[in-house]
Amino acid sequence: MAAQPYGLVAVFDTVPALYRAAVDVRDAGYKFWDCITPFPIHGLDRAMGLRRSKVPRISLCGGILGFTTGMSLIYFTNAYDYPLIVGGKPFFSPMFAFPVSYELTILFAAFATIGGMFLLNRLPMHYHPVLKSDHIIRGLDDKFLVVIEARDPKFNLNATKALLEKAGGREIMELEA
Amino acid sequence: MSHAAESAYPVPAILKEVKPAVLPRATLIENDRSFGWITDKICGIIEGRTPTWWWVCFGLACFVASFTVAGLTYLVATGVGVWGHANPVNWAWDIVNFVFWIGIGHAGTLISAILCLLRQKWRTSINRAAEAMTIFAVICAGIFPVFHVGRVWFAWYLFPIPNSNYIWQNFRSPLEWDVFAVSTYGTVSVLFWYVGLLPDLAILRDRFTAAGNRLRGFLYGFFAMGWRGSNRHWSNYEMAYLILAGISTPLVLSVHTIVSFDFAVSLIPGWHTTIFPPYFVAGAIFSGFGMVLTLMLPLRAVYGLQDLITQYHIDCMCKITLATGTIVGYAYGMEFFIAWYSGNPYEGFAFINRAFGHYAWAYWIMIGCNVITPQFFWFKRIRNNTSLVWILSIFVNVGMWFERFVIIVTTLARDFLPSSWGYYSPSVVEIFTFFGTFGVFSVLFLLFIRFLPIMPMAELKAVLPQADPHGHGDSATGHRDPHSP
Repeated sequence: MAAQPYGLVAVFDTVPALYRAAVDVRDAGYKFWDCITPFPIHGLDRAMGLRRSKVPRISLCGGILGFTTGMSLIYFTNAYDYPLIVGGKPFFSPMFAFPVSYELTILFAAFATIGGMFLLNRLPMHYHPVLKSDHIIRGLDDKFLVVIEARDPKFNLNATKALLEKAGGREIMELEA
Repeated sequence: MSHAAESAYPVPAILKEVKPAVLPRATLIENDRSFGWITDKICGIIEGRTPTWWWVCFGLACFVASFTVAGLTYLVATGVGVWGHANPVNWAWDIVNFVFWIGIGHAGTLISAILCLLRQKWRTSINRAAEAMTIFAVICAGIFPVFHVGRVWFAWYLFPIPNSNYIWQNFRSPLEWDVFAVSTYGTVSVLFWYVGLLPDLAILRDRFTAAGNRLRGFLYGFFAMGWRGSNRHWSNYEMAYLILAGISTPLVLSVHTIVSFDFAVSLIPGWHTTIFPPYFVAGAIFSGFGMVLTLMLPLRAVYGLQDLITQYHIDCMCKITLATGTIVGYAYGMEFFIAWYSGNPYEGFAFINRAFGHYAWAYWIMIGCNVITPQFFWFKRIRNNTSLVWILSIFVNVGMWFERFVIIVTTLARDFLPSSWGYYSPSVVEIFTFFGTFGVFSVLFLLFIRFLPIMPMAELKAVLPQADPHGHGDSATGHRDPHSP
C-alpha cells in the first residue's frame, strides 16, 4: 500500500444521486476528480463543470487536410505529371475532382476524430489506479463512482470523505496509486 | 392551462378544460429491466459455452464459403473467360453482386449514423449488429471489383501509387471514384464500429479478468485501450461519436451515389439517367433493412432478446422498409414515365424490353418482390407476425438482387445497334462464387456473435428510464432485483 493514496472513490447507486453528488463536488471547488459511469449521462458534463470537448477542432483540421490532399493529388497526377487525354475533357476541374476529394475529406476527418478523441482522453492507458479498484467492475456495469484525486489542492482525507458521505456515497475507499 | 395571454379576444371556456393528449412513448426495453440485467444478458452470450447450433451453422457457412474460395482460385488461375461474360454483356453477375452487397451495407450505417442524428433511440438495440453487417457486406462486395479485373495482381494499379509505367489513374472516371468511395466507406465503418465497441470491450475485460480468464481478459483489454468509464472521457467520446455519425451520413449517401455513377455517366439507354443516385440510395437502404430483419429476427428468437428488440423495433424497421420500398416502386414508375415522355426511342425501347423482352422473367420477379412485398407492412397483423416478416425480408433481398441484374444486364444486352445485341447466361463458376459469398458473410457474422457483444450495452442502458438524471433513479414501476432473470 503506497503511503500517499491516488485518491478516494465512492459508490452511488442511482443516476440522480450521482448527478447531485457531482454538483456538490464541483461547487466545493475540486478540480482533479472524475465520475465513472457505465454510460454517458445527459447533463453530467455541466454538473462537473466541464467545457465543451475539443474534438471538433481536430476533426475540422482532418477534413480540410483531406479535401486539399484530394484536390492536390488529382491536379498533380492528372494535370501536371502525366496529363491523360480522355475524350477532350479538361485536365483538371473541381467538378470531376470533387467525389474523390469529398471521400478523402470524410476519411481524414474520421481518422482525425478518433485520433483526437484518443489523444484528448490520453488513451490507450491500460494501467490506471481506477482500473485496479474493486469497484470498477460495477462502475462499468450498473453503479456510479466518484473519484477525487489526492493531488487536488483541496483534497483532505477526512474532509473529502465527509463530503462524499454527505453526498450519499457508499463504500468509500482509498485508491492505491 | 396557460394564463399568459389574456388578450382582447374572449377565450372560450371550453379551452380551459381541454387537455392535450399525451401520446405514450413506446417502451424501448420491456419488462422493466435494470442496467445489470442488460450487462448479464449480452455478456452471457459471450461468456457461455458455444451452443451446438453455432457449430453447425459455422460448419455449414465454412462449406459454403469454400465455393467462393474455389471459384476465385479457378478464376485467377484460368482467366475471366470462365465467367459467362461475352460481348455485349461484359458486366453481369460480378457487378450485380458488388452493388448488391454494398447496398446491404448501407442500412447498417443508416441505423448507426442517420438514426443517431435523428435521435431515434430505438436504434440502440440493432446498431452494433447492423454495423457489423455493414463491414462484412463491404468485404463481400469488395471481392468482386478486385477479382473482375482479370489480372488481379495488377489490382493495385487502381490506387494512386507510383508504378513502373509512370502513369496515373484517370480521376475523371467513376470507376476510380468508386475505389476511394468504397475504401473510405469500409474504413470509416470499421472505425465507427470500433469506437462504439470500446466501452463494451472494457466491460468484458473486467468480467473475464474477475472470472479468472486471463487470456480473454488480456485480449479484450488490449482493444479496450484502458477505457475506464471516466466522464471526462465520455465527454470527448460522445462528441467523437456525434461527429462520426455526422460524417457517415453524407458518406452513405455519396458512396451509393458514386456506385450509381458507374452506370449513370455512361451513354446507353436505361443507364444514362439522373434518377440513379437517389434511386440507388433508396434501394440500398431498402435492401439493407431487409437483410437487417433477416439477421436480427432469428438472433432475437435464439438468444431470447425480446425485451431488447421489441415489437416496436420490428415495427420501425418494417416501416422504414415500406417507405424505402415505396420510393423504389415510385422510381420504377417514374423511369417508365420519363422514358415515354422523353420521346427518345432508345430509352422507350429499353424499358419495354425490360418488361417484355428476353429478361422479362427477371423484371417481374423484381416487381413482385420490391413493389408488392413491402406493401404488406402496412398491416399491423403482418408486422406482428415475426415469421412472416422474416419471409418477406428474404423476398426483399431477392428482389433487390434482381433489380441490379435487370438494370445491368438488360441494358447491356440490348443497346443502340441491333447487330451488337446478345443474351447472357451465368456460368457455374459465377453462380458458385456468388452463393459462396453468403458463406463468407455468415462465417464473419457468426464469429462476431460468438466473440463480440451483439448490442451496445452502454447505449442500451442510456435509454432506460433509470438513466435520466432528473428522474427518480429507479425504474418506472418500482425496484426489481438487478440480477434476476
